[in-house]
Amino acid sequence: MVFKTLSKSVREYKASAVLTSLFMVGEVMLECLIPLVMAQLINGLGGPSMSPVVKFGCVLIGMAMTSLLCGVLSGRLAAKAATGFAKNLRRDLFYKVQTFSFGNIDRFSSAGLVTRLTTDVTNVQNAFMMIIRMAVRFPLMFCTALIMAFAINVKMTCIFLGIVPVLGIGMGLLIAKVYPMFDGVFKKYDALNDSVQENIKGMRVVKTYVREEHEKQKFERSAEDIRKTFTRAEKLIALSNPLMWFCVFAATLLISGLGAMLTVKSFGGFDAAGDPVWGELSTGEIASLFTYIGQIFSSLMMLAMVLVMIIMASASAKRIAEVLQEKSEIVSPENALTHVADGSVDFCGVDFAYATDSEKNALENVELHIKSGETVGFIGGTGSGKTSLVQLIPRLYDVRGGCVKVGGADVKAYDVDALRNSVAMVLQKNLLFSGSIADNLRWGDENATDEEVQAAARLACADEFVCGFPDGYDTHIEQGGSNVSGGQKQRLTIARALLKKPKILILDDSTSAVDTRTDALIRKAFRENIPDTTKLIIAQRTASVMDADRIVVMDGGRIAAVGTHEELLCSCDIYREIHELQNRDGGEDAA
Amino acid sequence: MKTERKEKGAPVMGRLLRYLFSRYKGRLFAVLLCILVASAAHVSASVFLQRIIDDCITPALTDGYASMFPRLFVLMGIMGGAFALAVVCVFFHTRLMAVVAHLFLKQIRKDMFEKMESLPVKYFDTHTHGDIMSTYTNDVDAIMQLAMQCIPGIVCSAIMIAAYVGVMLYYSVWLTCIVFGFAVLMILSARVVGGISSRNFVQQQKTIAKAEGYIEEMMNGQKVVKVFCHERAAKEGFDAINAELCACADKANGFANILGPITGNLGNLLYVVLAFAGGAMMFADVANVHCFGVNTLTAGVIVSFLAMSRSFANNVMQMAQTLTAVVQAGAGARRVFALIDQPSETDDGYVTLVNAREENGRLVECAERTGRWAWRHPHVADGSVTYTEVKGDILLDDVDFGYEENKTVLHGVTVYAKPGQRVAFVGSTGAGKTTITNLINRFYDIADGKIRYDGININKMKKADLRRSLGMVLQDTNLFTGTVRENIRYGRLDATDEEVEAAARLAGAHDFIMHLPHGYDTPLTADGANLSQGQRQLLSIARAAVADAPVMIMDEATSSIDTRTEAIVQEGCNRLMQGRTVFIIAHRLSTVRAADVIMVLEHGRIIERGNHEQLIAQKGKYYQLYTGAFELE
Repeated sequence: MVFKTLSKSVREYKASAVLTSLFMVGEVMLECLIPLVMAQLINGLGGPSMSPVVKFGCVLIGMAMTSLLCGVLSGRLAAKAATGFAKNLRRDLFYKVQTFSFGNIDRFSSAGLVTRLTTDVTNVQNAFMMIIRMAVRFPLMFCTALIMAFAINVKMTCIFLGIVPVLGIGMGLLIAKVYPMFDGVFKKYDALNDSVQENIKGMRVVKTYVREEHEKQKFERSAEDIRKTFTRAEKLIALSNPLMWFCVFAATLLISGLGAMLTVKSFGGFDAAGDPVWGELSTGEIASLFTYIGQIFSSLMMLAMVLVMIIMASASAKRIAEVLQEKSEIVSPENALTHVADGSVDFCGVDFAYATDSEKNALENVELHIKSGETVGFIGGTGSGKTSLVQLIPRLYDVRGGCVKVGGADVKAYDVDALRNSVAMVLQKNLLFSGSIADNLRWGDENATDEEVQAAARLACADEFVCGFPDGYDTHIEQGGSNVSGGQKQRLTIARALLKKPKILILDDSTSAVDTRTDALIRKAFRENIPDTTKLIIAQRTASVMDADRIVVMDGGRIAAVGTHEELLCSCDIYREIHELQNRDGGEDAA
Repeated sequence: MKTERKEKGAPVMGRLLRYLFSRYKGRLFAVLLCILVASAAHVSASVFLQRIIDDCITPALTDGYASMFPRLFVLMGIMGGAFALAVVCVFFHTRLMAVVAHLFLKQIRKDMFEKMESLPVKYFDTHTHGDIMSTYTNDVDAIMQLAMQCIPGIVCSAIMIAAYVGVMLYYSVWLTCIVFGFAVLMILSARVVGGISSRNFVQQQKTIAKAEGYIEEMMNGQKVVKVFCHERAAKEGFDAINAELCACADKANGFANILGPITGNLGNLLYVVLAFAGGAMMFADVANVHCFGVNTLTAGVIVSFLAMSRSFANNVMQMAQTLTAVVQAGAGARRVFALIDQPSETDDGYVTLVNAREENGRLVECAERTGRWAWRHPHVADGSVTYTEVKGDILLDDVDFGYEENKTVLHGVTVYAKPGQRVAFVGSTGAGKTTITNLINRFYDIADGKIRYDGININKMKKADLRRSLGMVLQDTNLFTGTVRENIRYGRLDATDEEVEAAARLAGAHDFIMHLPHGYDTPLTADGANLSQGQRQLLSIARAAVADAPVMIMDEATSSIDTRTEAIVQEGCNRLMQGRTVFIIAHRLSTVRAADVIMVLEHGRIIERGNHEQLIAQKGKYYQLYTGAFELE
């Protein structure tokens, strides 16, 4: 299953992969034949003239050249196939993730996705190269050597057959025992790296509390723990080396001893010319058997190593397949609507849960109707369902029950892109991307002119500080927007959303780091400049929503109350409590 | 800052060898000995066959089957013994190597970590966390490979090569010259092909880093991509980087793959050339020079020589490949040593923090914790020692500071903080609020001016003691792997469970902790990812509370937490600030209003100072800031 999913990504590199294996077969064949020709060459040297030497020398040169050609082609093609496969795999993964809904993304953490796209793909790439090259090479070498040995003498080859299982079973047992140990070690490694990371990030805390010694001891303990487990595992693995040599030496001893006996016993005496007449085995054949001992056992050993590496990579393969097999939950319907009529939003008896199997709903029977152009504030504690509610509008998630309508039509009837282009949402966890400020703002509209960009920035009260930067709108934003303050980042993300000229604008707690004055200025600008856009504002501060047309108070996934600021102050205990908590330090704020 | 030392490959290797041999000398020599014995046994296997044929089989062909027996068994016995010894040697050398490898690995990690803990904060501010991390992961792996595989491999090949050269010279100088010629050819081709390959591997590494950056950014921002329907552009960007990565990886792997066939077949070619040359010399009766004189070549000599040349070629090939690997690993090793060579944070303060108690109106030092602290100030001039009670009186006197030389970010800053006062810093991002707090605990040293703590210049204080006397609650809460209790106790390691709990209560963290699955013993994973932002802040307040320092530095969090939690955090902060001198970087006007003194910073200068009422009356920047919120009403 995993294998099938991944093999779909080979595509145009299938030919290269097959050719790699074929050339590898050629190379191995030649490698096995070359010693035979060399033996002929040596025989020629003992003869009376130079001509057989020249003849076999030329054959040998030809073979070496062909072998070189096969080797080079196989190597180049293997690299092409493996890296091409990796490229396709990365592309398929990335493209797949682009089709993911929010629900899919939540299931895989972003760190998990990054690991899959980088480390895991590299592991699979190496394993793939291993399979098309080494997994062909070593079994083939093993078989050829065994066949050659059989051709020389069946009885002697039985010695190999007796010893090979010893090595095979020994290696099998070792791998079975050591593999889980390594698995454990790698987890400990992750823990160790986490603790290093923790220290790098929290160095100020470490230094503040003068905990350097404490941290060193902690680190030493886990490093020592890793050393002990790792050494234990490696000591076991180290057994494979003497085991292999034991097999080689045992075979050498048995073949020379028993071979000597067989040779002498079956010896047919000397012929008229004084040359020996060999029976079942000759001295030269014993020498040939010797070379095959090395080949048989080393290829067996390498095969074991290749298997281990493939097993290790299979964990990566499984993780990649997980993503590729994931089905996107949200897709555009056929004959989808491509035009959003206006900015009205209707929640009709909406139930919603993040996980399909969860029993508790994040939203419970929400009934809310918002007119186009209305400004609605949302307020409530963590987990009250504010974010869940607004995320349903651009169909980032699908409802469990009831329906959400935008512009009078069910969101499920729209083309997803068309819907999202009409609904601009500034997410709570918002991000800028590396690139210039103008580039970032143009995410909202690729073709926006400089004037349009600036106008949007002005609306979001970002123009002033952007122009304060030496490079203005060309100022480079670092990854994650680390070189602007939290408030500045929020204003830029609002400007980015405004550039979409949306019918519905959703701010999910997007002005929390903006000072109250600017916050108010932004809201004023919205009121004056985009009166027809429906504005939905989630906030923690009552000050951010008190001038909205209506305020929705959320509690435990339900709407607790709807009304204006004044109405809610009178009628809604939750709202009053929040308002008073925020304004108790002084009387002025409440004015 | 010291310029990073540019070490070439050889010094790094030398240093690594010294590092290894100074610690594991005995074991490494044992490993070497075992390798030698095992190789000898391996070589003798081919001699063994010769003996069997010449001493047993050949005579027995004429003398009959029975005649070879005692001799065959004796020979097999000797060889069996040699083989057994070799197996034992292989066993010990792989085992010893495994042990040494992990001792070494742990040692190098330990050295790196200990050095890292001693580095000044500046190092962490000027190096990306990813780069430091990769030293621990990728570079340590590289150095490990270098030490454990490359070096023994080279030693082993070198010994074998030397042995083979000696034997070959014993047979024929002429033919040896041909072998040398080919050896040079092999090394050259390995250097060229390997060089191209490793250059591309370096390039691949860079491209991988670039791709990783892009992928990370896009995966983290995936939800933003969705909201903006930006998938197409994201794919285009990705395809470009992906194609670049594939091209680099293809070249790097391709050249690495063809190195083997090239050198291997050069070996085959050498074989033919030797056979031709040897045969020609033999048939033309050219005098053969060997290291003990002159003779004529025989077929037997050529055959032995050919076998020898094959083994020699194999070893040269191995060595050439290992050398390429050394170049790659050397870069990693250099980065590891660069970290270890970083200058540590210096601490030459001599005023220390001690427990104190009052005796007859005088402060005296004592060993047990009394809750009162004193600065122990030895005077070099007359050898006397004075004790000053720790009160938390801080004075910044005309302080100038810049993170880089010639780029002053704080100009003539003067701040008085009397014991128990709250000093709030207000100003826009980059005005220098955080910088001031970095100076009081000497994360950075000031360029000009003076900072005094209870009247003592902080430069005279031992850094560890100075920091112990300063509590800190930072904007980003960093928690550590361990239980909730361990994280709070981080503030003071000898705090009892009761004290930890009391601190948690003071911070207002006790309630939520009791609701965690295992209360105080709940393990925190990955920097407290299983806690909410507000809960993490509460823990960091509790941590500071248990440390109970007379002076607090607080950087108010801007991240949004819901109103109820925020109220709890605020209360916790207020209780923690009770009775301490507090420097607070304020983001909320309510916090500012409660301060005794407010400093308004702009472009690294204090432009206004005073309490809330005074500043409002002044109608300056603060007034604008404060009243700004209401001008629309």
